[in-house]
Amino acid sequence: MPPKPKLYTLSTCMHCRNCKEFLKENNVEFEYVDVDKTFGKEREELIEEVKRYNKDLSFPTIIIGDKIIVGFKKEELKEALGL
Amino acid sequence: MTAEELYEFLKKVQEPKGYFFNPDRKMTLQILEGLLLNKERYGYMSCPCRLAAEDLDWDKDIICPCLYREPDVAEYGSCYCGLYGSQEWSQGKIPQQVVPERRPVEKRLKTG
Repeated sequence: MPPKPKLYTLSTCMHCRNCKEFLKENNVEFEYVDVDKTFGKEREELIEEVKRYNKDLSFPTIIIGDKIIVGFKKEELKEALGL
Repeated sequence: MTAEELYEFLKKVQEPKGYFFNPDRKMTLQILEGLLLNKERYGYMSCPCRLAAEDLDWDKDIICPCLYREPDVAEYGSCYCGLYGSQEWSQGKIPQQVVPERRPVEKRLKTG
């Protein structure tokens, strides 16, 4: 079974929302953090975390094991998740 | 202002300029709700798909419609967040695709 995806998202972003919906529709359990809803030190740490995976600091940034997917790219997600 | 009101207002202003809303009305309204939320949070309607720095001067380029809308619509058919596109895109005549971030990387690194 593929590892549980971790998503860095923005609560207001359509692509982030569509990505979460896509995972739910496919019964994929995932964890996520809406970076825009964080403040201060927590936000700073999250930004550094996202940048380690995606220097462009764009959303959604999706981590599945050692795979990093930037943006809601359905085909790449399907492949990484074996869907 | 509600998202519906913003929809009607912007439609009238933007369509004559050649920018048309996402054909999925529900998604469009959700994006507009994001803009209204950003206005409430930051005082300006920054792009809902970008992390705002909470600094008006810094974020001037991503206040909707952002500085990158024109080249993105010309190249990909739609803007980065998917709110606006060309008429063909809006009518489903060209496929929706993932628009890469055009905002210069140094502009994205301010943590706010």
